[in-house]
Order: sequence, then structure tokens, then C-alpha cells
Amino acid sequence: MQAFEYANPSTVDEALGLLGSTWEEANILAGGTDLLSLMKEYIHTPKRVVNIKNLKDLGGISKTGSGLRIGANVTLAELAANADVRSEYPALAQAAMGVSSMQIRNMGTVGGDLCQRPRCWYFRNGFGLLAMKDGKSLVPGGQNEFHAIFPAGQAYFVSASTLGPPLIALGAKVKIASKSGPREVELEKFFVAPKDDKSREVDLKPNEIVTEILVPSGSGIRSATYEVHQKDALDWPLAAAAVALTMKGSQVGRARIVLGHVGPTPVVASRAASSLNGKSVSEAIAEQAARAAVAGAKPLSQNGYKVQLARVAVKRAILAAMA
Amino acid sequence: MGSKRDSDIQKKPKTGFSRRGFMRGVGLGGGAIGTALLEKEAVAAPPPAAAASGPGEVPISLWVNGKEHKLNVEPRVTLLDALRDHLSYTGAKRVCDRGTCGACTVILDGKAVYACSVLAIDAQGRKIQTVEGLSQGSELHPVMKAFVHHDAQQCGFCTPGFVVAAKAFLDEHPNPSDDQVRDGLGGNLCRCGTYVGIRQAVLEAAKGMRG
Repeated sequence: MQAFEYANPSTVDEALGLLGSTWEEANILAGGTDLLSLMKEYIHTPKRVVNIKNLKDLGGISKTGSGLRIGANVTLAELAANADVRSEYPALAQAAMGVSSMQIRNMGTVGGDLCQRPRCWYFRNGFGLLAMKDGKSLVPGGQNEFHAIFPAGQAYFVSASTLGPPLIALGAKVKIASKSGPREVELEKFFVAPKDDKSREVDLKPNEIVTEILVPSGSGIRSATYEVHQKDALDWPLAAAAVALTMKGSQVGRARIVLGHVGPTPVVASRAASSLNGKSVSEAIAEQAARAAVAGAKPLSQNGYKVQLARVAVKRAILAAMA
Repeated sequence: MGSKRDSDIQKKPKTGFSRRGFMRGVGLGGGAIGTALLEKEAVAAPPPAAAASGPGEVPISLWVNGKEHKLNVEPRVTLLDALRDHLSYTGAKRVCDRGTCGACTVILDGKAVYACSVLAIDAQGRKIQTVEGLSQGSELHPVMKAFVHHDAQQCGFCTPGFVVAAKAFLDEHPNPSDDQVRDGLGGNLCRCGTYVGIRQAVLEAAKGMRG
């Protein structure tokens, strides 16, 4: 790890004053489960690390008039254990529990889950975010068994976020603090497919801090997350799907389906979702939506298997939401 | 062989539970010394000021097993390296150093965490519990006893991490099912593959801790 100076602010304003205009100047430290690994590999070499764990405004889960406010510093363990989350947003609690290590759940935060860097082995081994060589990404002709089946431009890595898909399905927004004041972004738009190695995969500037996540009321919504893992313990999903079904009686009024770990951002499957509208969910209907969700997949040389896994994840998430 | 092993290990705490601790004369460290007063101070200690410190060495203090330690470390030093290299708490093991294997598990403010993924400077004012602090004098912790009874190790390198993780897990799940144990300890790896014995040990320890 490259040496850095450490700052431990107690207010958001102090923290903003300690951040820089480039990622080389300062990085934000929350749970540390991703940042420390990135720094040990010299993928991130910030001159300063700003610990945000003592920012009181970033803690806690509370009901608001319009839904739920989740502080960015809430840990995955706290999220999974929260009674409101478990009863009203099962997709969210299931996703948090899918991070299958007690230690990571105790350390990792909601904000950190959204802002963590991709697990792509080209990126983690210093080839850059897009692994570009001579104007082309190395991924399509290389080792791509865990890469995107929904690539975007030259971005073939997959978004590592576990909470992104269920939060997008539930219509969440993210609140971001900056010196020019706070701003809110729909979570769907917070994730962006980068166009070059210098860009980030989220809409966050080096001098901004994710402070909270706002989830609309989950009343009348059935939701679920289904992840496909290679093994039960300590592994990243190969594919995941989150669904949120707003019910009208026994029929689906409006559906949202979001795929995880298949593209450089969570992938919103709009056509699959609208195929559920006005229907009573059966296994056949779920299967039909699942097929629509992966219809546009463009698998690489080694990851065709992920198309089937993603399809199965969608089908099982729909059926789990209705169970 | 099992019974011989049991008796060997049961005798050791008289001279200090850890092999290296015994050799260095550090042994149980502050495990048994922690008084209510010290623990209260540990939790109440104010976090360091907002001004940036480092990148050179800075003075910090860590509360490990109820005892305060003052040391100088660069901000980039992890809690794991501070415990092992600066304070001689070598129970937590440095294996993957990337938050993946669980061998470095310690308990921070009551929660199991990977010490390799926490900065030492960040652990100030928090209650740190390592495997060295689990036994009470010569009395092994119920999880340790159960690991011995079930011979729940082979090479033993992952064992301290498993014992600490199991202790933290059982504090939150006093009556776990086999599946809950499997999930709860999913963050610890044993390359010798002694998982069956470990699960049996944790279930037995749960019974012992419930009394």
C-alpha cells in the first residue's frame, strides 16, 4: 500500500473540505473492504484517505413520509436485520444476506456497495478499467468467463453492486453531498458505463459523498432478489435478478426487473417487466418474462452459460416475489 | 490420540495459551486484566481530530482484550499488521490479506471483522477482541474446548480465525441450526477441509454456552 495521510472528519462539511478534485488526491474510506484491497494492489494510490465512518448524518435507517431513508454508512448486516426492510423490501434484505460472509456484512456499507469498484480481473491486475490495448479491449479475445453478457461499448466488466439491482427495481434515489449543495440522482442513472479508463462506473465526482439512499414506499409491492452463485460461501454471484411487482389485486399492475452481474451497470429489463403487466403470475408467465429479459444478451467467447443463469435468476426472482 | 491431545492442550494455559506467547513471556496478554473501567474508557475515547495525520508514523492507542496499547504506526498499517507486528498478538493470521479467507478475524465492538481490512488508526477508541482474549485465565472458552473435543482442525492455521468468528456468531445466534452455522462461518476458509468437525464443534459450543 502506498503511504497516505489519514483524515477523520466528524461532519459532512469537514469531509467535503478534505476531498480533492481528482481521485489521486483523496479517496473515501467507509467499510474499507474494497478500498484497502485496491490500495494494497496499487490500483488506488490516493495521497489522502478520508474516513467517513464518524459522520453521524450518514447513519441509521428511518421511515419517512414517502418511504425509507437508509444512511450510506448503514452496514449490510444492519440492513439485513432491519425489521422495516425485511417486511416491506424483502428484495433488499435478501440481497444483503446474499453477501455471504458475516465479516463483510459487518463491515461493508450500503454506500460502499454502490460505489465499490468492479471485480474484473483485468482491472484488478492493473490493465485499467476497460483493459484497453491498441484501441481495443482485451476482454473479448481474452479470459472472459465472468464478464458481461450485456456489454456497453468497450466496457465488458460487470457491476459488482449487490444492492444496485433491488434498489433500482424499488425505484430508489441516491442523495449526494458536494460543496455546491446536495443533489439527488435516480439510482438507475447513478450507474454509468464508462467510456474510457479514467472514468468511473458511477456518477460521483472525487469531491462528492453519497450520504443516503431514499426508497419509495414498498406498500403493495412484492419484491425478491435471486442470485446464482458457483458456491454457497464467499463468492460473487454469476448472475442475479431483482424484481418489484406493484400488485393490483391478484394481477401485476407494474413490474420492474433488474439484472445484476451481467453488465457494466445493473441492467433494467423493461420489455420483460412490461410483459408481466396485467397478468396473474404463473410459472409459464414468469418463464416468458425471463426469456424476454435475456433476449438482447450478447455473450462473449466463454460466458454463454451466463445467459441461462440470468434467465433462471429472473424466473426464480419473479416466483419468489409471489411466494 | 484424541485424548492425549486433549490433555496436552488443557495443560498449556497454565503457562500461557499461545505457543509464541509463552516463548515471549507475553502469553495471555491483557486478556484477564480488562476491568470495567478500562473498557468504559475504551469506548468513550474521542475519535482523533479532523486534521489529516501521516503519511509518516503517528501515535495511536488500541484497546486489545481490555488493555490499552500505545504505538506508532503509519496510517496505512492495517489492524492485523499492528496486532501481529507491533503488539505480538499473533493469533490473528495473515493469509490472503484481502478480506477473503477469514484467518485474521477479530471482534471489533462486538462484531466479527477482517483485521486485514481495517486500518489500525481507524480502530482507535473501539473494543478489539482477539483469540488471545477469549480464554479466562486457564479456562478455555467453550468454543475452544469444542474445537479440541472435535479435533476441528488439521494444520490449524485457520483455527484462530474460525474460533473468533464462531464466538462472535454464537453471541448473536445462541441456538443455531446446522445451516445457520454453515452460513455464519461462510466467511472463513479451511484449506485442509475440516468443515465437518468445525460445524460439530460450533453446535456443541452453542449448547455449552447456553448452559
